Amino acid sequence: MESAEEVAKDAARREIRDRWLLSAPALIIIFLAATGPLLIVVIYSFLTPGPYGDVVWKFSTDGWLSVLMQRDIFDDTLTFADAHLSIFWRSAKLSFLTTIFTLLFGFPTAYFIATRPARQRNIWLFLITIPFWTNLLIRTFAIQEVIRNEGIVNTVLIKLGIISQPIQMMFTDFALMVGMTYVYLPLMVLPLYASMEKIDFRLVEAGYDLYANRFQVLRRVIIPLVKPGIVAGSILVFIPALGAYVTPRVLGGSKNMMLGNLIELQFGQGRNWPLGSALSLSLMAIVMVALLLYVRSVGRQGGAHG
Amino acid sequence: MARELRSESHSDVCLPSHAPCADNRVGTGSALKSGRKNGVIVPEQPGKSAIEVRGVRKVFGTGDAQVAALDTVSVSIRENEFFTLLGPSGCGKTTLLRLIAGFDFPSAGEILLHGQDIAPLPPFKRPVNTVFQNYALFPHMTVAENIGFGLEMLGKPKAEVKGRVAEMLKLVKMEALSNRRTSQISGGQQQRVALARALAPQPKVLLLDEPLSALDFKLRKEMQIELKRLQHETGITFIFVTHDQEEALTMSDRIAVMSSGKILQVGTPWDIYDKPAERFVADFIGETNFLTAAITGMGNGKARATLKSGATIDATVAEGFQPKDNATVVVRPEHAKLTSGKGDLSGTVENIVYFGTDTHIHVRLDSSEAFTVRQQNTRSAGCGFERGDKVGILIGNDAAQVLRD
Amino acid sequence: MASRFDIRRQTGFTTIAMICFFALYLPIITLVVYAFNAGNSIAIWEGVSLRWFYQAWNNSQVVDASIRSLQIASVAATIATIVATMAALATTRTKPYPGLGFKYAFINQPLMVPEIVTAVALLIFFSRIKIWTGYSGLGYLMAAHTAFCIPFAYLPIRARLESMDLSLETAAADLYATPWKAFRRVTFPLLWPGILAGLMLAFVISLDDVVITEFVKSGGQDTLPTYMLGQFRRFITPEINAISTVFLLISILIVTVFFFISRKKDQE
Ligand SMILES: Nc1ncnc2c1ncn2[C@@H]1O[C@H](COP(=O)(O)OP(=O)(O)O)[C@@H](O)[C@H]1O
Ligand SMILES: [Mg+2]
Repeated sequence: MESAEEVAKDAARREIRDRWLLSAPALIIIFLAATGPLLIVVIYSFLTPGPYGDVVWKFSTDGWLSVLMQRDIFDDTLTFADAHLSIFWRSAKLSFLTTIFTLLFGFPTAYFIATRPARQRNIWLFLITIPFWTNLLIRTFAIQEVIRNEGIVNTVLIKLGIISQPIQMMFTDFALMVGMTYVYLPLMVLPLYASMEKIDFRLVEAGYDLYANRFQVLRRVIIPLVKPGIVAGSILVFIPALGAYVTPRVLGGSKNMMLGNLIELQFGQGRNWPLGSALSLSLMAIVMVALLLYVRSVGRQGGAHG
Repeated sequence: MARELRSESHSDVCLPSHAPCADNRVGTGSALKSGRKNGVIVPEQPGKSAIEVRGVRKVFGTGDAQVAALDTVSVSIRENEFFTLLGPSGCGKTTLLRLIAGFDFPSAGEILLHGQDIAPLPPFKRPVNTVFQNYALFPHMTVAENIGFGLEMLGKPKAEVKGRVAEMLKLVKMEALSNRRTSQISGGQQQRVALARALAPQPKVLLLDEPLSALDFKLRKEMQIELKRLQHETGITFIFVTHDQEEALTMSDRIAVMSSGKILQVGTPWDIYDKPAERFVADFIGETNFLTAAITGMGNGKARATLKSGATIDATVAEGFQPKDNATVVVRPEHAKLTSGKGDLSGTVENIVYFGTDTHIHVRLDSSEAFTVRQQNTRSAGCGFERGDKVGILIGNDAAQVLRD
Repeated sequence: MASRFDIRRQTGFTTIAMICFFALYLPIITLVVYAFNAGNSIAIWEGVSLRWFYQAWNNSQVVDASIRSLQIASVAATIATIVATMAALATTRTKPYPGLGFKYAFINQPLMVPEIVTAVALLIFFSRIKIWTGYSGLGYLMAAHTAFCIPFAYLPIRARLESMDLSLETAAADLYATPWKAFRRVTFPLLWPGILAGLMLAFVISLDDVVITEFVKSGGQDTLPTYMLGQFRRFITPEINAISTVFLLISILIVTVFFFISRKKDQE
C-alpha cells in the first residue's frame, strides 16, 4: 500500500511525463527542421569552401575571418574589408531608421484606433490586420509600383508640372526606407494598439486635472503607460528588418545590398558557404543581443510594477 | 418524489434515530432557535459515517514557500447530514472539498467513503459530486445537456437520462428554460442548474463550495431555503462550505469551524454558538464579551469563576477541558442584563446603538474591559439608559462559558 | 459647447493616422486596378480587361506553382496545427514544471531567428540529406513549412486555452467523465475556435513564405511567391498584378474569417 505522499508524487510525475509526450512531436519537428540545422551552420562556418559551392571537410577559420577581413589573393595578407562592414552598417542603419519611422507613423495610428468607439475600433483594426497578413512580396511589389520612374508619384508630379524628369527612387536607400517602413508598419501598430487599448483614461483625466497640457499628458502619462507596446513593436520591426531579404532584393537592386542579400550571395555566385554561415551566425548574434535587451527591459517593467 | 430520488443505499439509514433531525431540517427559520425550544440536539452518538477524514494534511509548495493548507484534519461526517465547513477565507475549506472530490491528493492521512479508502479512485470514479463556487457550467451545452452530462458519462441509457433530467428540471423549477444556453440564464438560475447537474447522478455525498456567495441578498435567502428542501427531499449527505456564520447557523445540522488549516470545533449550531470551545470560535461566530476570571472551583460540570469585579458566577466549560487558575470566560451580549442597581459587574455606559430589533449598549467596566449588552426593544419606551450612566450587569446562571486556553 | 475639451484628442494624430491608412492601401489598390489593365504596361492605363487573369490562368507555370503552394500549405498547416494543439495542451494551465520554459523557448524559436538564417541552415542541412537519400521531392519544403508554422498555430490555441476556465474540466471529471471523454466533450469543443484560428494563420503563413522556400526548393519546385520573385527580374506585365490580386483575395478571405472568429472569442 502506497502512502498518501507517494500517491501524490506518482501522480505529479505521471503528469509531467504525459506533458512531455504530448509536446514531443512539435519539439521534434522544430528540432529537425529549424533548430538542429542551425547547429550545423556552426560547423559549416569552420570548414573550407568547395570549388562549386558546398564545403570541403577541412577545418578553417577563414569563414569567420572574412566576415570583417579580406585575404589578399597574391600575398596572403589580411586587410580590413570595409565592403562587408559597410553592409553591416547599412543594414543596422536602415533597420534602425525603419523602426523610428514606423514608430513615428504607427504611434498616432494606433492611438487613433484605440480612441475610437468600440464598434468603429474593430473596423480600423481590421484595416491594419489585412496588410499585416497579406504577402510581403505582394506588398513590396505594390510599393514598387508607386515609386517607380513610371509609378504614380512620378506621374502625378510630372502631370502637375512640379518636375519634368521622373525622380529616380528605385534602387536607392530611400526606396529601401520607404519600402521597409511600408511593409513593417502593421508590425508596429498592432502591439502598440494592444497596449493602448488598455490605457485607463481616468489617468489621462488625472493628468489634465493636475494642470498638464496635451503634450505633457502625452509625454508624461500616455507614453510611459504604453512603453511595453513601444518596446515590443520596435523589436518586432527591428529584427525582421535587420534580416530583410525580399524588400532589398526587389527595391534595392545589387548595389544596395543588405545583410540578407550578402548572405544569399555567398550561397549563390559567391560560392563561399563557410563565409555565408559565419555571416548568418553574426546576424543571429546581433538579433539575440537585441532580444536579450528586450527581455531585460520587459523584466524591469514587470519589476517596477510588482 | 423524495423517495424516488433517494438512492437505494440511503433508504435504510433515514429512519428512526434520524427522525428528529429530519423534522428539524424542515424548519426554515433558525436552526438554533428550534433546536433549543424542542430540546432537540442531534445525537452525539455517531450514525454511520458517510465521509471519514483521518489525519489529513495538505501541503502546497516546497521549501520556504511551503503552506500547510490543511494541518492534520480529522472529522467524521454522518449520512444524511447537512454538514457545514465554516471559516474565514483561506482557512482550507476548498482544499478539503477538493481532496474529498479527488481533484487533489492529500500529503498525508486518508479519506474514507462509507468506510472505504477512496485514495486510489480518480474523481470520475468517486460517487461524489460538486457544486462549484463559480458553477462551472459547460457554456457550449444547454441547461438540459448540462444536467444530463453526468448520467451520460455513466453510460446510462438515453431514455433514463431523459427521464432523470426532466425530474431534476422539475426539482429545481427550471423546466421552462431547459433548452437555453447556460450563458443565457441569470445567476440564480445558473445556481439551480449547477445543483441539478450535481444531484442528477444521485451521488452519495454532495459537496457545495460557497454556492451562494455570488448571489445577492434576497436570492441567497431564497436559495438557503431551497437547499434545505433539496437536501431533505433527496436524503443526500451535503457538505456545505461557507464563510458566512449566519448561513452556517441557520442551515446546518452540524458545523465544523476551521481556522488556518485546522478544525477547531465540531458541533450543532447551538453548541457552536453557546458553547464555543476557543476564542477564535467565539469571536468568529456572533458577538461576544471576553472576560478574564479566576477559576475557584469545579462542581456539577460547571466551573466557579471569580471575575475581576469580585463577583462569582457559574460557567459551563469547553468539552474535555480542565481549567486551572486563570481562564477566559465569554458571555453573549443577549445573555447579560443591564440594571441601574448592583450587578455582577459594574461600569459606565459609553455608547448606545439602536438596531431596530434591539439596542446595543456598550459599557466600560470598572476593570476597564469593554462589555456589550444587547437589549430587546419595545415599542413604547427607550432602552432606559443614557450615556454616562453608572450601571450594573447581571450575568445569568446559564450565560457564561469558559474557553479552552 | 462649441469647443468641448476631448481628453482623448492629441493634436495631429488623426491626420497622421489617415495618412497611414491612405499610404497602406494606395499601393495595394493601384496594384489591383492595374491587374485589369487592357494594355501591356503596369503604369499606363489602357482600359478595362480581364486578359491578364485569363493569361495567368493559362500559364502552366503559374498554375503548377499555385497548386504546389496549396499542397504545401495544406500539409504544413494541418500537421503544424495538430502538433501545436498537443503542445499547447502540454504547456498551459499548469504550475511551472521542469522544462516548461525550455518548451516555450523551443516552440517559439523559429520566430526568434531571422528567416534568412533559418533558410541558410535548411539549405545546408537538406542539401546533405538530398545527397544521402537521393530524395528530392516536396517533403523538404513541407517539413520546413511545418516547423515555422508551429509557433503561429500555437499562439491562438494557447491564448484560447489560457482563457478557458479550468474548472470546466474539473467539473467534467466530477461528473464521471474519463480524461479522454472530458477532452472530447468539454475541452475540444471549447478549444475549437482557437484551433481553427491557428490552422488559418498557419495556412496563410505557409502560403506567403518566400525566403525559406527560395532556399530550400529544388529545381522546378517554385511556389507562387518564389515564381513571382523570379518574375521581378524580368519585364513585368500586369499578369503579375492579376496573380497578386487573386492571391490577395484568398489571403483577405482567410484573414477576414480569422478576424471574426477571434472577435467572437473576445465577446464570449
Ligand atoms: N493550488 C494551490 N497552490 C498553493 N497554495 C494553495 C493552493 N490552493 C490553496 N492554497 C493555499 O491554501 C490555503 C487554503 O486555501 P483554500 O482551501 O482555497 O481556502 P478557503 O477555501 O477556505 O478560502 C490558502 O492559504 C491558499 O493560498
Ligand atoms: Mg474557497
